[in-house]
Amino acid sequence: MLALVSPALLVILALIVLPVGWLAWQSIYHDGFTLENYRRVFTEDIYWRSFALTFEISLAVTLIALLLGYPVAYLANSLPKGWSILILSLVVLPFWTSVLVRAYAWLALLQRTGVINQFLRYLDVISEPLALVHNTFGTVVATVHILLPFMVLPLYATMQKIPGDLMQAGASLGASPSLTFMRVFLPLSLPGVLAGCTMVFVLCLGFYITPELLGGGRTVMVSMLVSRNVELYNQFGAASAVAVVLLLSVLAIFFVVSRFISLDRVLGQK
Amino acid sequence: MTRTSPARIVLYVISALVLVYLILPVLIIAPISFSSARFLTFPPPSFSLRWYQQYFANPAWMQATKVTLTVALLTVLIATPCGVAAAYAISQSKLRIMRIIHMALLLPLVVPIIITAVGIFFVYAKVGLVATMPGLVLANVMLGLPYVVISVLAGLQSFDPAQEMVARSLGMNRLRSFFAVTLPQIKSSVVAGGIFAFISAMDETIVALFISGGQYQPLTKRMFTALRDEIDPTIAAISTLMTAASFMLVLLASTRQKRGG
Repeated sequence: MLALVSPALLVILALIVLPVGWLAWQSIYHDGFTLENYRRVFTEDIYWRSFALTFEISLAVTLIALLLGYPVAYLANSLPKGWSILILSLVVLPFWTSVLVRAYAWLALLQRTGVINQFLRYLDVISEPLALVHNTFGTVVATVHILLPFMVLPLYATMQKIPGDLMQAGASLGASPSLTFMRVFLPLSLPGVLAGCTMVFVLCLGFYITPELLGGGRTVMVSMLVSRNVELYNQFGAASAVAVVLLLSVLAIFFVVSRFISLDRVLGQK
Repeated sequence: MTRTSPARIVLYVISALVLVYLILPVLIIAPISFSSARFLTFPPPSFSLRWYQQYFANPAWMQATKVTLTVALLTVLIATPCGVAAAYAISQSKLRIMRIIHMALLLPLVVPIIITAVGIFFVYAKVGLVATMPGLVLANVMLGLPYVVISVLAGLQSFDPAQEMVARSLGMNRLRSFFAVTLPQIKSSVVAGGIFAFISAMDETIVALFISGGQYQPLTKRMFTALRDEIDPTIAAISTLMTAASFMLVLLASTRQKRGG
């Protein structure tokens, strides 16, 4: 049996365990043991600002995705099967569109001469084009778009398992629909909320393409810090330290979440 | 619960708006790709195929397309058997280490891809695999493995291993009984896993940005560079083709998965 897993395991060891181990080593060793890279990451302004911005954006994206995703999952769950399949298909459709293609689409929609600006000017709502892209706004709009399916799917999966009888029981005991929702449905859907939020938050922490293309160089997320240190400045030690801190943050989040819900529930949706 | 209360109407409206937000960007690219305008104008002034012509007539785009398709195909051919073998072993073995191995095989989904990309770049730089075809294929095999493993493990869950025991008790060896009894029953999940690995290799961008170069650059890398420099509607044409291709593949995979397995 071990012989059967060995080819796959070998690929994983050679191409993800070894490279990540190498990064960790490189972050603490350069002609001798050093913590200089980590000192820089934790004290220098650019690094701090980038980590803070990345966490802020990830938090904002997660909250927006939850606010947008919950009603859709709720509606899909409450409608007859045919309708819920239609809604879920519309949710996963963009999922299978390349992230690059969607970045292009958002540029086409949001830029100064883009569809939305042209439309608003045509309606005379605005006289000057709005700056919708090449900033944090554009990054957030496109990132939420990419991560929303990761929120809706676990929410829907969890809601499906909530027995409808419970809601009827609530109603028969005299609770209004909104009260039954607040006291019965919402609490029971919380594992799905946690699973969706974890996946969206963690994926957002490592986002690269969308902020790079839609952020206009001003929204420097941690992933861009890593790539710039490698490509522009040849600062391999610093890049490695940033990567290690990012990875440890992600693993810490998974670890904390795994104490509340099974990780299969979080990862199963990807 | 289906009576149309005001709260219900609000729910319908919000959900409809969210769905429009999800779908609009996917739909907007096709009209741009068929537009004659040099810059993005909407609605398009007139229809034309000039961006498709530019794509098919450009040797750099064609070379990149060839690289992408070759990498994706080789990825499937390597990742599928490796993933099937691993999933089979994980589902059959009672060794405790298998749980750890199972988790290790899902690592590519957990580690942020930018970290994987930079790590692979450093390792490849040492062994001379940067800007090579084998380097690109291997990286995509690693990234595609979890999809095969997850899909096949799901297929094996509804398969009764006793059937294979019967075949073996009738004198088949393990390998033959696997191919004769087990594989035909989990075929659908194997095919689905392979298709997902193909799509993942076709779409992969970030690792390619770091480790590919020269004549071995996939489409996504060239598209990324083109998008960073200037927005050319040729990319809309390529995007439309890519989207159509991956939709067809997903449709194929999902009909496969529904047919049992």
